[in-house]
Amino acid sequence: MEAKKKKVLVIGVIGADVHAVGNKILYHAFTEAGFDVVNLGVMVSQEEYIAAAIESNADAIVVSSLYGQGELDCRGMRDKCDEAGLKGIPLVVGGNIVIGKQSFADVEKRFKAMGFDRAFPPGTTPETTIAALRELLHMDGEPV
Amino acid sequence: MKPVLLIDFGSTYTKLTAVDVEAESILGTAAAYTTVETDVGEGLNHALAQLEAQTGKLDFGQCYACSSAAGGLRMVASGLVPELTSEAAKLASLGAGAKIVGLYSFQLTQDDLEDIQAAKPDIFLLVGGTDGGNSECILHNAAMLATLEPDFPVVIAGNRTAARQCQRILEKFETYVCPNVMPKFGVLNIEPTQKQIREIFLNRIIQAKGLSKAAELLSDILMPTPSAVLMAMELLAQGCEGECGIGDLVAVDVGGATTDVYSMADGMPEAMNTVYKGLPEPYSKRTVEGDIGMRYSVHGIVEAAGLNRVSQLAQLPPRRVQELVDDLRRHTDSLPDGNPELEALDHALASLAIEVAVSRHAGTMEETYTMMGQTFVQTGKDLTRVKQIVVTGGSLIHTKDTAAIARHALWSSAQPMSLRPKTAGIWVDRRYILAAMGLLSAHYPQTALRIMKKELEQHGYSE
Repeated sequence: MEAKKKKVLVIGVIGADVHAVGNKILYHAFTEAGFDVVNLGVMVSQEEYIAAAIESNADAIVVSSLYGQGELDCRGMRDKCDEAGLKGIPLVVGGNIVIGKQSFADVEKRFKAMGFDRAFPPGTTPETTIAALRELLHMDGEPV
Repeated sequence: MKPVLLIDFGSTYTKLTAVDVEAESILGTAAAYTTVETDVGEGLNHALAQLEAQTGKLDFGQCYACSSAAGGLRMVASGLVPELTSEAAKLASLGAGAKIVGLYSFQLTQDDLEDIQAAKPDIFLLVGGTDGGNSECILHNAAMLATLEPDFPVVIAGNRTAARQCQRILEKFETYVCPNVMPKFGVLNIEPTQKQIREIFLNRIIQAKGLSKAAELLSDILMPTPSAVLMAMELLAQGCEGECGIGDLVAVDVGGATTDVYSMADGMPEAMNTVYKGLPEPYSKRTVEGDIGMRYSVHGIVEAAGLNRVSQLAQLPPRRVQELVDDLRRHTDSLPDGNPELEALDHALASLAIEVAVSRHAGTMEETYTMMGQTFVQTGKDLTRVKQIVVTGGSLIHTKDTAAIARHALWSSAQPMSLRPKTAGIWVDRRYILAAMGLLSAHYPQTALRIMKKELEQHGYSE
């Protein structure tokens, strides 16, 4: 029997953000968890995520942001995905996505209103994100 | 003496270079009008008679040729995302020596099909999707192409999952399946496709281009002319066994209709605070500026550089420049012939053709500020560290101050973010031998390299 096709993730750090370490950790964690990962590295624009997702027929886009400007950088991304024909593609975001002490429930609400399926606070482990992705991509029955 | 004949069937001239591979020297060069409508052999014989008038009767052991006659190798390519697989298709086609007469992204439409039919390509390059990625687009495009008359071969080099299915859809066509030009995101694999394109050119195109009679005379290879120049430049840069090259280089060929730029350099970022964006470009890269040329495309130079710049460089009033430029476009065979006004204008036009074409070929750097301080974002190749520039093309060969013209290929403070070479030695191809040396290099790389080093005139360093 042919091996089941792996789910494809497009990942990267959005905006003028050069934090490369977390990005590398996520790349290894997702690959280890059986995903096919297209890693765009740091300083990624919305358009780059979308172009990579189109060519690689990605199942989800995972956006990281560490420098507090995530909310500005992520604005309008869902609309651009719709425009580019990636209707309904799961969008996940995590990191230090906003500045200052804010209740994460509010932050999450705002990102969901922007069209993100999941938003994760600082200090989230890769395992949490992987579990969320498996749920979003309906992989529950598949072996880890 | 061991003479070898090298032929370049150009769109206008059939150019010959006779080489003695034993003495490693050029015996003579000659040119005559290309006679592709009737029999290319005629033009070839005229040129041969001219050559032998200089050198005496020669008994050629081997004879190799390249051709850009009858429009050269004309290709149409389609990919998915413009800056990804379509760009990869473009790089693959240009690097194989083709002229791109149509480049499409996303799904082909009925209008596109009409344009493709009218463009009459020699080869169609069908790509799209990474391996295991999007297959919808390439399958759609294959199905659209299948509705056309199967007048051209199709090279399929997209998502490997869809390759066989594309081939089935295009069963009426002559098809060739190659490895994906972009197998993974950001990874370019264009050599197998380029090899296939050159093979098709050899087997199929020469018949269609009326070159088959000449082909009987040839001992071996026949390739598109730009492909021969590319080989010569690779050899000149990298060297071969027993002879070292001159290192990374940029070469510019300013023609009447187009300006070709070649770069042999890795061009990746060197500094730690530089991030690379976009598709990594091949070590050996060729671009063609279809709107930049000294005669047929002279208006393109003025448009790209601005009338004021031309006027300033030529030291002629703008109105006079406009008049002369219009005149050059009407009389494409006119040469300055000692006329100081035209000499000054040609000097300015050639300088700006080089400036525009090399700027478009080279990468760019953008400065941004992040929480971590100043960061640079690089797109395309960084050629600032390239130390050699080779210039060729009729307009330059006949000019006196070639080094001053070539200097416009260099980095300038007016465009600080354009990553052109900072300081470089200038080499001038006075006798137009680059294509011939590319042909020779397939069998006599050492000889070809030594002749180039000897024949190319060095014009010192420029900053």
